[in-house]
Amino acid sequence: MKKKRGMEKVKRLEDMVNAENDDSEGDPWWWLVQKGIKHSFLCISLFALLVRVAVGLHPYSGAKTPPKYGDYEAQRHWMEITLNLPAKDWYRNSSVNNLSYWGLDYPPLTAYQSYIHGVFLKTFDPDSVALFTSRGHESYLGKLLMRWTVLFSDVLIFFPAVLYFVFVYRAMQSGRGRKSDVAWHIAIILLNPCLILIDHGHFQYNCISLGFTMAAVAASLSQRDPVASVLYCLALNHKQMSAYFAPAFFSYLLGKCLRHKNPLLEVSKLGLMVIGTFAIVWWPYLHSKDAAFSVLSRLAPFERGIYEDYVANFWCTTSVLVKWKKVFTTQSLRIFSLAATVLTCLPSMVQQVLAPSSKGFLYGLLNSSLSFYLFSFQVHEKSILLPLLPLSLLALEEPRSLLWLTHFAMFSMFPLLQRDKLVLAYMALYALFVLLYFAPGGPGGRCNSSKTLDHKQKAKKGTKFVSSVAFHPLVMGFLCLCSLILHVIYLTMRPPKKYPFLFEAVIMLLCFSQFIIFTFYFNSKQWMLLKHLTSKDKQKKLI
Amino acid sequence: MAKHESRSMSIAQLLWYMGIATTIKLLVIPSYHSTDLEVHRHWLAITHSLPLSQWYFDETSQWTLDYPPFFAYFQRFLSVFAHLVDPQIVHLHHGLNYKASSAIYFQRISVIVSDLFFMYGVYRCTSNLPSLKRNLVWILAVWSPGLVIVDHLHFQYNGFLFGWLLLSISFLAQGRDLMGGFLFAVLLCFKHLFAVAAPVYFVYLLRHYCRGGLVKGFARLSVMGAVVVAVFAAAYGPFVYHGQIQQVIRRMFPFGRGLCHAYWAPNFWVFYIMLDKGIAFLLTKFGFNIPSPAASFTGGLVGDASPFVILPQITPMTTFILVLLALSPCLIKTWMDPRPRLITRSVAYAYTCGFLFGWHVHEKASLHFVIPLAIVAVESMEDAKHYFMLSIVSSYSLFPLLYEAQEYPIKVLLLLLHSILIWFCFSAQFTKNKAMKSTLQADKKAAQFELKGSSRTAAVNGGFVLGWLAKSYLFGVLVVEIWGQFLHPYLLGDKFPFVPLMLISIYCALGILYSWIWQLTQIMILS
Repeated sequence: MKKKRGMEKVKRLEDMVNAENDDSEGDPWWWLVQKGIKHSFLCISLFALLVRVAVGLHPYSGAKTPPKYGDYEAQRHWMEITLNLPAKDWYRNSSVNNLSYWGLDYPPLTAYQSYIHGVFLKTFDPDSVALFTSRGHESYLGKLLMRWTVLFSDVLIFFPAVLYFVFVYRAMQSGRGRKSDVAWHIAIILLNPCLILIDHGHFQYNCISLGFTMAAVAASLSQRDPVASVLYCLALNHKQMSAYFAPAFFSYLLGKCLRHKNPLLEVSKLGLMVIGTFAIVWWPYLHSKDAAFSVLSRLAPFERGIYEDYVANFWCTTSVLVKWKKVFTTQSLRIFSLAATVLTCLPSMVQQVLAPSSKGFLYGLLNSSLSFYLFSFQVHEKSILLPLLPLSLLALEEPRSLLWLTHFAMFSMFPLLQRDKLVLAYMALYALFVLLYFAPGGPGGRCNSSKTLDHKQKAKKGTKFVSSVAFHPLVMGFLCLCSLILHVIYLTMRPPKKYPFLFEAVIMLLCFSQFIIFTFYFNSKQWMLLKHLTSKDKQKKLI
Repeated sequence: MAKHESRSMSIAQLLWYMGIATTIKLLVIPSYHSTDLEVHRHWLAITHSLPLSQWYFDETSQWTLDYPPFFAYFQRFLSVFAHLVDPQIVHLHHGLNYKASSAIYFQRISVIVSDLFFMYGVYRCTSNLPSLKRNLVWILAVWSPGLVIVDHLHFQYNGFLFGWLLLSISFLAQGRDLMGGFLFAVLLCFKHLFAVAAPVYFVYLLRHYCRGGLVKGFARLSVMGAVVVAVFAAAYGPFVYHGQIQQVIRRMFPFGRGLCHAYWAPNFWVFYIMLDKGIAFLLTKFGFNIPSPAASFTGGLVGDASPFVILPQITPMTTFILVLLALSPCLIKTWMDPRPRLITRSVAYAYTCGFLFGWHVHEKASLHFVIPLAIVAVESMEDAKHYFMLSIVSSYSLFPLLYEAQEYPIKVLLLLLHSILIWFCFSAQFTKNKAMKSTLQADKKAAQFELKGSSRTAAVNGGFVLGWLAKSYLFGVLVVEIWGQFLHPYLLGDKFPFVPLMLISIYCALGILYSWIWQLTQIMILS
């Protein structure tokens, strides 16, 4: 017995060494990966940090544009409010807290985070967070400190979450695959251009909620469901937008619970975790019904329209044909959007309840967030970050979809970023992403060779049609050309007076068409997984 | 066929490294830039608006043209495009201190584009190396933090100039001496500071190119002489024609600037000044009456007056002789045994001497030897260790160039990233195969006998290890930085504001001095 184990170990080692030797022959990344995942992560994350700091040199949203400024001022204002007022007054309109001026409309965890960052700002630049007088505060030091708060959040939450996920994901594949692919995966997740542009350019803290979500994904993939539910609740309590992932988490965790010996116990365990987390986060507002409801009403901006600006989702795009806002009341639109979102989420939820699987879960996250983006109420351009997260987690499965969707996600945010004067950062980060994607010897470069393409398509017959159309070189080339031309037109030309938002509308139409195609594609991909599940796998799930 | 394919593959790889570097360079466009940006903008204006005969006479701005003619022609070339982008950039009067984004973008992007030349130089220098080593050199050179700090944050065109230097070295290393000499002459007409290596070039070309008997040697000597004269004629001819050569020379060599720059470059003179201060301090303690110097180094402004209290005054001539003295062992060696293999080291050594003993040396000049040394850093373990230390010290000595808070994380991250990259690279290179095979054997035995040995990790780590001295020295960099940035302002406040910079100079000077001695011994030993 002992000897057998010894021999097995030798064989494994030999394989490993052979694999490594193979790597070192043809792999230009051998120097990066030879010390192990942690070391390559360190290196890549330093680079990712450098990129973030460099993007931070660029302007933020609403710079020098009184009276309302932009998201930067909103975040700074929240720091000012949370730092100077007691917690119970944060969400309440009062003489010192005018809610119509960037009132706090994110859940309490954001408020706590603002408080902590506010303390940091106060120690170095008290003027920038002084009550009242700091409104519209803009200074060299203030900008710098604010930028650093985002960096800290990123380093403390998003980066560790990536490391956690990568480890879990590698364990999931039982250590197969090239090490340099892992490094590539890390780089692709860490250097997602959209996330960097919004957080470090435009100015927001998406890295926190997305980091918690990613950690939750990793925890549930490694069968630590209670931890996962706590982490996901934290994400939800940082940004209510994290609810885009709720159907996937719900169905996956439910599906897994149902396969346990005692489903009720498992469900109640998770339920307890969720309630406990919520109770702790919401503690200052739980003393009365009014307080809790006043916070809740701040979080749900139903008084706003079904869409704002030009977001590439269903409602906004179809409004070219149907004037939703004029024909229907906000009340009925709310119901429409809810129904549409739930209906489009349903297939992927059902799949996960029926057959929860790791890969299915990742696809589920992608599908539910895409449904929310396309059909839910009050969606913002920036919400495309949410579908991009699970997609980047699936980067090794879906390299080309990632490239393609990132392209259109970037494009859909282009008008927004152009307003923020982030065009240079946009171009540089886009180039960086494409370069990383096509890194020599990386999966992105490999999957373009026709051999692997055919192989992959044979394996997934059902999705063959969609992918053969969407990824046809001619189609891709044409769409790339279109978006390039549109970029140039948007930057250089003025729209006709009659249609001042003509270019935005065209961009939106183009992006929407791609998003909707991919929604179908990913949904069918998720259902295809069912066929591949052998009875052996099902037995595994029962444990 | 296969060779051709691998070559195009490797070019793709180099382009990829370059692309990544370019994205970072693009991202840092809005960062702080020094007055050099305005200097170069003004040169664009001078060369664009004025006839050639007035280039070296113009005094519209205090930033007069003080580079050799080729650089002026280069600026003239760029100004054509600048005029297309925004005519105000090249306007002699309206353009003064013009800070519009068009000007900044144009100039920054012109540096980024001119870096292509540097990439070509790097490529040519490494074309004969095996693929792994070549990869490493590219990482060292293309992702050099020093170049990013000096060219793309601080603002200068060093990358472009290093392109010429590396091209010249690559031709010499291949034995194509005439081309190498020609390119070096061109480089000298771009920036005369590169002339420090001229003695090495002269001796090398004389002994290596002009050999093979008296007649052949003389013929070759005259060919080389003709080429060099032609280059210089092309550069200075128009100014000779206008009878302005004296004015050009006067502009190019402003010796009134004093021995040290406001921030002392980490070279030999740092120790000299400190010794002078130390003696003066001791003497005053013992009751001697010491007159305070007319000019102070710590005050920042350094004029013509002698800043030394006790030790003798240093003149440009002294520094010149010292540089030549320091160079002489290398010159003798080159005379006796001129080898293409050693030329990179000799040139780098010459620049090290110039840096250590030169007159009014800028901290940026340390790149002159760090970049060429990157090419030989992969040759042996000793080289790698030396380069690891040197490149960190040299990049660190550039830190005071960027003194604003906004760029602080950028320079720190650049240095950290570079250190980690080269550490990984050298580990990968020197642990390869050998360690792998031995551990496989060891593990095989261990597994068979169920003996858990930690030999594997030990062997893998055994590749690239620094000695305790190097480790503690590099650790000291961290201490100096923490003291200067955090502890000093916190503990002493505004008192002794020059101490942090002085510490950096002294500390880095130690490293560079070590590197100088090490390089010399290597040149002497290698044969």
